[in-house]
Amino acid sequence: MNNRTDWTAHIVLGLGVLLFLLPVWLVFSASTQNPAMIGRGELSFIPGTGLDVYWKVLTEGAPGVAPVWHLLLVSFGMAMAIAIGKILISVLSAYAIAFFRFPFRLACFWMIFFTLMLPVEVRIIPTYAVMAGFGLINTFTGLTMPLIASATATLLLRQTFLAIPDELVEAARMDGAGPLRFLRDILLPVSAANIAALFVILFVYGWNQYLWPLLVATDSRLDTIVIGIVKMIGADTSVEWNRVMATAVLAMLPPVAIVVLMQHWFVKGLTEGDK
Amino acid sequence: MATLKLTALRKNFGPVEVLHGIDLALTSGEMLVIVGASGCGKSTLLRLVAGLEAITSGAIELDGRDVARLDPAERDIAMVFQNYALYPHMSVFDNMAYALKIRGLTKPDIAARVRETAEMLGLAPLLARKPRQLSGGQRQRVAMGRAIVRHPKLFLFDEPLSNLDATLRVTMRAEIKRLQRRMAVTSLYVTHDQVEAMTLGDRLLVLHEGRAVQLATPMEVFERPANTYVAGFIGAPAMNFLPGALSHGGTAVSLDLGPVIPFADGKRDGAAGQRLTIGIRPEHIAPVPPGTDPTGLELQVDLLEPLGSETIVIGRLPNNELLSVKLPKNDAPTHSMRVAFPATHLHVFDAGTGLRLDPT
Repeated sequence: MNNRTDWTAHIVLGLGVLLFLLPVWLVFSASTQNPAMIGRGELSFIPGTGLDVYWKVLTEGAPGVAPVWHLLLVSFGMAMAIAIGKILISVLSAYAIAFFRFPFRLACFWMIFFTLMLPVEVRIIPTYAVMAGFGLINTFTGLTMPLIASATATLLLRQTFLAIPDELVEAARMDGAGPLRFLRDILLPVSAANIAALFVILFVYGWNQYLWPLLVATDSRLDTIVIGIVKMIGADTSVEWNRVMATAVLAMLPPVAIVVLMQHWFVKGLTEGDK
Repeated sequence: MATLKLTALRKNFGPVEVLHGIDLALTSGEMLVIVGASGCGKSTLLRLVAGLEAITSGAIELDGRDVARLDPAERDIAMVFQNYALYPHMSVFDNMAYALKIRGLTKPDIAARVRETAEMLGLAPLLARKPRQLSGGQRQRVAMGRAIVRHPKLFLFDEPLSNLDATLRVTMRAEIKRLQRRMAVTSLYVTHDQVEAMTLGDRLLVLHEGRAVQLATPMEVFERPANTYVAGFIGAPAMNFLPGALSHGGTAVSLDLGPVIPFADGKRDGAAGQRLTIGIRPEHIAPVPPGTDPTGLELQVDLLEPLGSETIVIGRLPNNELLSVKLPKNDAPTHSMRVAFPATHLHVFDAGTGLRLDPT
């Protein structure tokens, strides 16, 4: 390798960044402008001065929609519940599949694997029926629980666990660590980076859910931020585009914050080889 | 301090029997080295004793108590693994303290025992480090410390030195021996390295294809190998084997190559003409000046391996078989040499069974 700056690479990367930033910038710019101007199609690249719209949407929301702080809270709660719930269940099921010899172990593994072919959208009607049967429509439990069962996380963790050297497991057995103690003292700390990476992915997955919340939660107290944005656009009165755009910007912040906060772990989890 | 007794220990993996009934008794404080080529079942034997694999049949008694059905932790056995198997997220201190913590010792007790062991192994300055910040030799030492700190009844070593470089291996070998002597803990040590086997063991168990072929002191294994497998496995370079037949009423062997060599140690039973395998170690083959010894053989030099203190000559006999000869430093010939097989250093084996034939 040489030490010269590779200008071609930098230019290509720069263009790529520009391409991704452009829509985001446009949204931010639009949020600060006069809604009437946007309605006429006069969208400027240069931001206006209406930064107070952020405070307005956070506290007031828009016509027909709850204040954005509440939308964010619901979304955050849902995303956290989904991410943490998925990880809890996946850690246990992957642990069982990777380390224990029990009857029908392989059958269990394949059953979990097959659910990968049944994403939320495919099983949405039966799931709705089940939730309705339990009386969980319009509840937080109904909003999150069906999204928690997850084959992806189980499979990923299974691979992580299988990569742990047998000798480490055996050393713990010789030291007298029982199954739960091994899980807590050795397995979880050793896989922490992978679990953190998984958490980031699952949080963003939960945050972006649209179809299921739309169906199961008609009560506006359970509106998520994604639903909120859609409701703002669908309002009968003229759409206040600056409020919509400001909400969109606010909706982007938590996932970004999670990624930035956990970036160190995230990258480690995706790249680290030595265990 | 404990005795270990294995009785008719068998292990099957599915339909394949990998250990065909091992009997073994260790006295208290003894270091027994299990040696054999890879796949001979030596690691399996160790894992059966550890409790990491379930036995198929037989008994394992530790201090008179049958432990064969117990969990590894209940057996009071510590093991040093080939790859050390240190917990990567724990400090050296926590690695060593983990087993004690699980047993519910109080914090001051744990700290005292870990410190004592760390002092003994020279690990005291490293207690706060993580395994990845240690060198190979230090990791090895931590793995030993983790075993020692528990004060177990039995130590198991599973090729603990095979991941170290040659120099460090020699140092650690001596250190293991000193520690084991000092603590007088009964130990089983598995290796494929014959130098480790010879230097570390009070006794050697040579395993071959799941069977114990010889159990004796290292010197006895070297001087009186029980069969051709042991004879060829222990000793470097490996022993030379020459075919021959019993002759002169059982008092000599007539090699297929011509020479007749009388047995120096006595007569062997058997019919005249019984097929024999004669073993002779490379260091015992004597170069002779041409024409002086009628039992001498011409050897065409094929390859010279100078080792500094000595030279290994690999040559071809008149029948084109290879023969290795170990010579003092400067005696290496370049083209050919004449060699004789001194009667005092012959190992006599039955050609059919490969078993050693002792004089009657």
